[in-house]
Amino acid sequence: MPRFDLALLLHGQYHDWLVTGLLVSLKLAAVVFVFALPLAIVIALLRLAPLRALRALGVAYVEGIRNVPLLAHLLFWYFGAPELLPDGVKERLYAGNFEFLAGAIALTLYTAAYMAEDIRSGIRAIPLVQFEAGRALGFGFLATMRRIVLPQALRITVPPLISQTLNLWKDTSIATVIGVAEMMYQAARVESASFRSAEAFAFATAAYLTVSLAITGLAAWYHHRFPVRTV
Amino acid sequence: MIDLIHTYWLYFLVGQYPNGPLGGLALTVLLAALALLLALPIGLVLGLARVSPFRAIRWPVTALVHVVRGIPLLMVIFWAYFFLPSVTGHQTGQFSTMLMALVVFDGVYLAEIVRAGIRGVPRGQFEAARTLGLGYGRAMQRVILPQALRSMLPSLVNQFVSTIKETSLGYIIGLTEVSFIAAQINTQVFTHATQVYLLLALTYFVLCFGLSRIAHLLERRLARRAPTRVARPSVVVPLANESNA
Repeated sequence: MPRFDLALLLHGQYHDWLVTGLLVSLKLAAVVFVFALPLAIVIALLRLAPLRALRALGVAYVEGIRNVPLLAHLLFWYFGAPELLPDGVKERLYAGNFEFLAGAIALTLYTAAYMAEDIRSGIRAIPLVQFEAGRALGFGFLATMRRIVLPQALRITVPPLISQTLNLWKDTSIATVIGVAEMMYQAARVESASFRSAEAFAFATAAYLTVSLAITGLAAWYHHRFPVRTV
Repeated sequence: MIDLIHTYWLYFLVGQYPNGPLGGLALTVLLAALALLLALPIGLVLGLARVSPFRAIRWPVTALVHVVRGIPLLMVIFWAYFFLPSVTGHQTGQFSTMLMALVVFDGVYLAEIVRAGIRGVPRGQFEAARTLGLGYGRAMQRVILPQALRSMLPSLVNQFVSTIKETSLGYIIGLTEVSFIAAQINTQVFTHATQVYLLLALTYFVLCFGLSRIAHLLERRLARRAPTRVARPSVVVPLANESNA
């Protein structure tokens, strides 16, 4: 095996490819996070809703999404879903940066299902009497949630949400299957262009690990700064 | 859609077998089962090391666990794919590459399950065993692990579900598991991409949802007859009276 060439990673074309990949990965994770979190809150509320039909809808969403691998979601949104659109729209989609869009949609729906479960268990950890007291004081279901239950649930929910964000960060790597030019894709590209597997993969590993450890650190800090209050 | 199933169901289930290598859904299940089975002893050893009283054992394993949990499975697969040949000296197939990557990855995740299982056994059990004169190893083997392993059972089934989902990444290195077969069918049929991938999703769903139901049943059965479990703090109160889904 040739010697490990660090210079390759520090400047030059391959360096640029890898850094671009890392930035695309970060962007993908950020976009998905921004859309997945509100969606997750909606689904969690559906699962706790007073109406049976709404609860069933929430359960169907969560189970339906979580029991199918992310790869199948990505394949569906990239290859399957556009089939339903008219030809003109389809061509325009594939001409543009549709990989990123399809990847973001699949990842958002997938991540939201997991986050919804974390939010739901956070909400359920708040004693029922808090909810009942809110209702007794004349707040509606949503107002009770927003003003009384959710603020308390936040402390319990944030740590698992952070670890779900870590999963999201790792899951962005799978978007490489539909050709999103993220970290993994660029690492493979550098590898096949230069046959420098060790260097390319070392860069990608270090990049993933750095961000992961930063997210883990954030979780530890939050846990220390905002410990869960026992009621 | 009926036509599609009618033409391709056998290919979807077993790939080109018996005229070629086994593939499709059968390969997916085989790979997941084999990976979990091989990962079990590794997970047990790593999990024990994680709770070891010796720092020299605990720290390196803790570091390993953090590193593997910090990178995507795909990264592990890529490392395995390009470096197994140079370690073993001969070309390794996609199946063994994927198997190796899954065993390493699952081993580390199982280690955390084992650790949580051991931690879940009340400390008094260990102290009582030591007081009765059992050594560390004996106390683990005779007292702690039998209880810990039992409470781990639902997590193990859930890990199996995760492993089945993880095998789909074999697609990327060209392993002919069920996702890859679906993509092949898609290129052959060409005009029914939506249906092909919906069928793929449905297949995974039936398999994984069924298994997770089993895990759920196990969990409830264990909860009903758990002699050593201490009472949980009663902060967890259901908000709406929903069925346990």
